[in-house]
Amino acid sequence: MEAIPARARVYVACVAVGALTCLVPLSTVHTPWWAVVLLAALYAGCEQVAARWRFVGTFYPVLLAGAFLLPPPAAALVALPGALLSPVEQRPRLLRRVWRAAQLVAGVWVAARVHWAMGGRDAVVASDFPYALVPAGAAVLAFCLVLTVLDGGILALAERVPLRRAWRGLFLRSLAPIAVHGLAGLMMAVLWRSPYGPVAALLVLLPMCVSWWVFAQYHRERAAHQATIRALVQAVDIKDEYTRGHSERVGQASMMIARELGMDDARVEVLRFAGILHDVGKLGVPTRLLRKDGPLTPEERRVIELHPEYGHEMVRGISFLGEARAAVLHHHERLDGSGYPYGLVGGQIPESARVVAVADAFDAMTSTRSYRRARPVGAALEELERCAGSQFDPSMVRALVRALGRHGWHPAVTADEARPPRPRGAVAGRPGAHR
Amino acid sequence: MNARRRPVLLPLVHTCAAVLGLGSLTVILWTGIEERGIALAFGLLVTVGELTRWTGAARVREAAPLGAAGALSYALLGADAGQPTHHGVAQVVAVVLAASLLGSVPHIARGQGPVLDHLVRRVLTVGFAAVCYQPLYNRGVFGEWGGPAYALLLLALLALTALCDCVLAAALAHSRTGWPFGPLLRDELRALLGIGSAVCATGAVMALAVAVVGLWALPVFSLPLLLTQMSFRRYAAVRTTYRQTIASLARATEIAGYTPAGHAHRVAALSRAVGRDLGLTRPELAVLEYAALMHDIGQLSLIDPVPAGATAVLPVAEQRRIALLGGAVVRQTGVDAAVAVVVERQADPCRQQPVAARIVRAVNAYEEKARAAGPGGPLTALEELRLATAGDYAPEVVEALARVLTRDCLTLPAAG
Repeated sequence: MEAIPARARVYVACVAVGALTCLVPLSTVHTPWWAVVLLAALYAGCEQVAARWRFVGTFYPVLLAGAFLLPPPAAALVALPGALLSPVEQRPRLLRRVWRAAQLVAGVWVAARVHWAMGGRDAVVASDFPYALVPAGAAVLAFCLVLTVLDGGILALAERVPLRRAWRGLFLRSLAPIAVHGLAGLMMAVLWRSPYGPVAALLVLLPMCVSWWVFAQYHRERAAHQATIRALVQAVDIKDEYTRGHSERVGQASMMIARELGMDDARVEVLRFAGILHDVGKLGVPTRLLRKDGPLTPEERRVIELHPEYGHEMVRGISFLGEARAAVLHHHERLDGSGYPYGLVGGQIPESARVVAVADAFDAMTSTRSYRRARPVGAALEELERCAGSQFDPSMVRALVRALGRHGWHPAVTADEARPPRPRGAVAGRPGAHR
Repeated sequence: MNARRRPVLLPLVHTCAAVLGLGSLTVILWTGIEERGIALAFGLLVTVGELTRWTGAARVREAAPLGAAGALSYALLGADAGQPTHHGVAQVVAVVLAASLLGSVPHIARGQGPVLDHLVRRVLTVGFAAVCYQPLYNRGVFGEWGGPAYALLLLALLALTALCDCVLAAALAHSRTGWPFGPLLRDELRALLGIGSAVCATGAVMALAVAVVGLWALPVFSLPLLLTQMSFRRYAAVRTTYRQTIASLARATEIAGYTPAGHAHRVAALSRAVGRDLGLTRPELAVLEYAALMHDIGQLSLIDPVPAGATAVLPVAEQRRIALLGGAVVRQTGVDAAVAVVVERQADPCRQQPVAARIVRAVNAYEEKARAAGPGGPLTALEELRLATAGDYAPEVVEALARVLTRDCLTLPAAG
């Protein structure tokens, strides 16, 4: 992400020039300057707090309240200091700041313009209520559209994301949060012009800030949770050195199969966890046995075959894992009933366990173990197809073959980084992701 | 003092709330309702707030922020779209009580959660706010106040109400559980900064906004608060699964045969009780609980298990080595670094330990000794801890442990 292509720089420069032309009529416009200064300071303060607490997303209510209260150039000016001063983590910092400021200035200007043209200002002053919602809604829509179009452009130029896909995703994701911010902004504007004045308007921000804070907490807690799951996997890796990285790769293969079978995103995620955690029960097997070189006695084999039950005992208390828990318990069952722990047959085996069984066998064959070399992917798939029907579910094997044919097999090298949910923008670092 | 307060306070508070509620309902049945439309709208808002109330297992501070904000704003409502309103204290309390009862019906029917304390608090706080505001307003005292000053007045009234609510909540919790009053009040006050301030601000803003634009302000304003409520839910949900994951990680040592079944859970439950008795804050209690759950995790790095998982009888150097290994594992889990520190220092001499590490050390030793000693074990174990107090176990922690155990009749907490 270090090198920003020249065409993206030119694009940013063009948008910045456009934003500056929005601000040109400032010298001729009549506006209460104290209000502009107050709102701008408020917005800059919010941005600083957000950066310090590592919040996600931007705090739009102040900007939108400005768009509902002030003439377009003055409203656009409100966004400028906050965006220029906001701390940026990634380099190049100056370019990102300029981009952010230009984008917000343009967005707020268009929103204010739309609001003005539809007579929203009089509706706010007269607090003419059902009607005041109409111009405000149109302004929010325009604001969201401008941000989406500009963000989509930079994504397309800097990261070569197809334009249409970038636009659709960004717009749908940002509309709902911005609409809620718009309602708060409208209330702020109405109270600002009421006899109770700006003091009452500032009170509107408090619940929004709390909501925002909770949202940030949620993200922090979720990251911690994912780290804990990884720790669970690393604990297995410490004990069983043969299989380092095996869990993550089985998770990846399970995810590919599940996606190929057309499961919804939540189920795909659960199956990824099922793959990652399938061997967690090996924590319960004595370390000496796991590390033993040479053939195992029947007695030792029986002890090792207890690991699915141990694993189930460990994860059964984690409610969000859902059907992944069944996969942990049954991933060594075979279709013909010769597997363990219960010797289930065919459809008695949970679907999740059938997915994980195929993924597990595939990775076991294609990775190098201390006692044998890795087989090529093609040979492993042939072996899986040979055992389909007796050991594995043929539909899962077919799904894996199709998925590998389409995407290839690129197992993640490290187990350190969770799969990022979606590509982040190069410069458009924070596309209104507020929910 | 505890023994005397407990029987008096709860019935007293409940009687006050009952008298206030029933009295208001009677007055309203006698005199009829002023401005039915407004009463209906606010009643609806409170009912919706109660219906969407948080009913999860985890105890949360404000279960129904929307209901609370709606009720408070009705108590402080002085005008509707510029026209002065005329409802009095009795009407406010009656409407809020009826709406809350109506909204609680599904929760009561499903048997979810204690509803009574919640209702009592709601009635008393709303009654307090209305008594402070409505009589003065209806007599026209605030007539000459300017706009901004009036807004600040509402905010001050709400802050006062919130403080009273905190005292009431802490007192109720104290008399129900017997936990010390001071830390409970401190926790309540701290929570006031979070969702409490949002509820107060929304209450004030709704009252002002209805005064300016009329009832349209209600739906517009409930939305941000509903969003907050939703975020809180998701936050609570992810916290719950996080706790479950930590608990599973803690079970790893049991399944691997390093520690006896249920040991980590029992140590965590008892540590929490001791920490509460010593007046730890809520975040400190969370750190303590996680550390207690994972205190034995260092044993996973051992090739062979310690006999019966009893670390308290090992040589000190070995105990420290296991503690350091455990700290290293905990650091990888992405839990708060404070947890790793507690796990690392659980075997240090008690003078150098943080309080949480002292608690974990003493409770772990107690749990191991009590189990080893068989029937009558708890008393023997406590005696051993008291005698060994010199450098190993902090005396104040051992005394707190003794208090907790006396309160719970010397039974070990059930395994989670």
